[in-house]
Amino acid sequence: MAKVTIDDITIEVPDGTTILQAARMIGGHVVPPAMCYYTKLKTSGGYCRTCLVKVEQGSEKDPRPMPKPVASCRTTVMDGMVVRNTTSPEIQEARAGVVEFLLLNHPLDCPICDQAGECHLQDLSYEHGKEGTRFEFEKRTFDKIDIGEKIQLHMTRCILCYRCVKVADQLTDERVHGVMNRGEVSEISTYIEKAIENDFSGNMIDVCPVGALTDKTFRFKSRVWYTKPMYAHRDCDKCSGKTTLWYQGEDVLRVTGRKDVYGEVEDFICNTCRFDKKLTKDWVIEGPAEIDRHSVIIQNHTEKLIPKEQVQILPNLPGVDFTKKIES
Amino acid sequence: MGKKLLLQNIDVPGINTYEVYRKTGGYKSVEKVLEQKNPDAIVEEVKKSGLRGRGGAGFPTGMKWSFLAKPEGVARYLVCNADESEPGTFKDRYLMEKIPHLLIEGMITSSYALGANTSFIYIRGEYFYVLRILEKAIKEAYENGWLGKNIKGSGYNLDLYVQVGAGAYICGEETALLESLEGKRGNPRIKPPFPAVAGLYGCPTVVNNVETIAAVVPIVNDGGDAYAAVGVERSTGTKLISASGHINKPGVYEIEMGVPVEEFIYSDEYCGGIKNGKKLKAVVAGGSSVPILPADLILKTAAGNPRLMTYESLADGGFATGTMLGSGGFIVMDETTSIVKNLWNFSRFYHHESCGQCSPCREGTGWMEKILHKILHGHGTIKDIDLLWDIQSKIEGKTICPLGDAAAWPVASAIRHFRKEFEEYVNNPESIQDVKHYFNVHNVAEA
Repeated sequence: MAKVTIDDITIEVPDGTTILQAARMIGGHVVPPAMCYYTKLKTSGGYCRTCLVKVEQGSEKDPRPMPKPVASCRTTVMDGMVVRNTTSPEIQEARAGVVEFLLLNHPLDCPICDQAGECHLQDLSYEHGKEGTRFEFEKRTFDKIDIGEKIQLHMTRCILCYRCVKVADQLTDERVHGVMNRGEVSEISTYIEKAIENDFSGNMIDVCPVGALTDKTFRFKSRVWYTKPMYAHRDCDKCSGKTTLWYQGEDVLRVTGRKDVYGEVEDFICNTCRFDKKLTKDWVIEGPAEIDRHSVIIQNHTEKLIPKEQVQILPNLPGVDFTKKIES
Repeated sequence: MGKKLLLQNIDVPGINTYEVYRKTGGYKSVEKVLEQKNPDAIVEEVKKSGLRGRGGAGFPTGMKWSFLAKPEGVARYLVCNADESEPGTFKDRYLMEKIPHLLIEGMITSSYALGANTSFIYIRGEYFYVLRILEKAIKEAYENGWLGKNIKGSGYNLDLYVQVGAGAYICGEETALLESLEGKRGNPRIKPPFPAVAGLYGCPTVVNNVETIAAVVPIVNDGGDAYAAVGVERSTGTKLISASGHINKPGVYEIEMGVPVEEFIYSDEYCGGIKNGKKLKAVVAGGSSVPILPADLILKTAAGNPRLMTYESLADGGFATGTMLGSGGFIVMDETTSIVKNLWNFSRFYHHESCGQCSPCREGTGWMEKILHKILHGHGTIKDIDLLWDIQSKIEGKTICPLGDAAAWPVASAIRHFRKEFEEYVNNPESIQDVKHYFNVHNVAEA
């Protein structure tokens, strides 16, 4: 076991835990945001740099601070480590910088983006972003491409978190999905367009933190905050069959995995459940899904909202004050 | 003339062939280590020599070697980093082109010290003709029994391969190099684990620069103490400097550590002074990524002491008034040079070479280049200069690998020391005439 102190809160965690995981065990405002890390995907994380934290004391044995901010998702804790996240102005500044970089070439087309409302980049920019942009050049754009029949890739919105690449590497059987080119113009792609035909490829949509990978059966049907999420399950021979159905009136508009507060799915689901079972009679409904994320998506579901304790720590985050809206 | 340890035989005709190299005392170090049969003693000698990594970071080589994990039954690898892509640096090319056998001898000796039975030289794609030279030399070494099974009857086996890169600066970063060597996309890995624990194919690996490995030969031949006697303080031995820019005698020079910078620039033994009798304006002392220094600060430290060609002296004053020895790419600029234009050229390079894995570098390098392009063409504002400063501070130290730092440092130092010149570009754009032909090249990455 290792004792680690994050923002003056001490917790004991098993050896080998990352700083991010330790922070999630504490919960609340000490948790650094993570755009590329995904617990269920091996070797994910380290790319987006939003989860940077300052290590003030390396460990009990070697109390020297780490010279640079470290990616909390890929740095394991040491006994006696002292970490600063929200209590370090330097880190807040660095994070604001990273958010600015992520938004630099992002089209900010939220009004026509299907992800809006449950988008992690949207949340991140509300919490850590600046008003306006200092980038005055033309943004880079890409053509939309179809990868498989049911998935559309809109590379212009991509932040290159590599999560979908890890899904393709680790969940599906053939490696046909990856990154091409380099630097600013690197892009997610398949070797041959439309080549992803695989039972679990749809999970790319779930892991995508932005609106780059979208469900073609749901595109432009509705806005997420107009839909009502219900937990449901069915007997499936490929996956656990545990899903969230998103209803508008009587219609199931889309099916996704069940996501936790960090947007990570409980179980990866198969494409049959996701794309083909869109009738209430296909499913056993369990009841309304709980959404405990601070996102636009909760705005029409305030009755189901976040426990009070969690709400109170929000004012620590710069930017929009969510508390007022929730209380009114 | 200063003492030479690497290039002393460079002018012997035919030194690139095995016979001549052998006649001038080549492969003696291999004979010595195979006779002594004590790999740890070689590591000790290297530690004693004080040799520091010649690729740029200057990490003590002996220490790096002693960090190598040695689990039972797991292969160890030595990889030579010949992906010399830093703008302004061409010393490794010269060495490999002229005396390829020196590198091969160093590789055998070092591999023996580390207990590696398979070693690699990863060479950049642009050095294709050097690859041919190396391959020929390796063939000669195999034919004469210096490589292969049971080398000279010692029972030690070593296979040496040359792998050619596909032309990416980032593959000079050691973990990206290993990825590329494994046949993957050349993206830097997230450390830890360090290569000494899990490197090539997950096995313990040491990655060393060409010059570092070549320097092992004189260390083994003459002993670590003799090597440490050359140079000053913690900068021991000799260093290859690639001198370029506005000087009378550009080229590769082997210097003893501790030569004053002033002597290096002005003496006839080395650079031979500034071309056409012009005045010195600035120097980039160790390859494009190290901070640029104005003439007064490169010749003398902020405290007024003469600046020497050593790791410590060049770094004196930190980044506020100092720089780094880096890889030894010594770029001299005379009074006619435009710092802004030069900086844009560097930034364009880093924009083009960013691997795109982590966001600050991927987005920031392009942004800086665009702003510099704007300033260079007379459309800049004072706010743009401050913005550049802010962007570089948000890249430096926030990225996975040092490419982010390498892109940020030149920008920071140019603004720190030459802010007036940037302001001149902003305030009097009509006085600038020399940039028109660059107008359409800025989108090289997209092209």
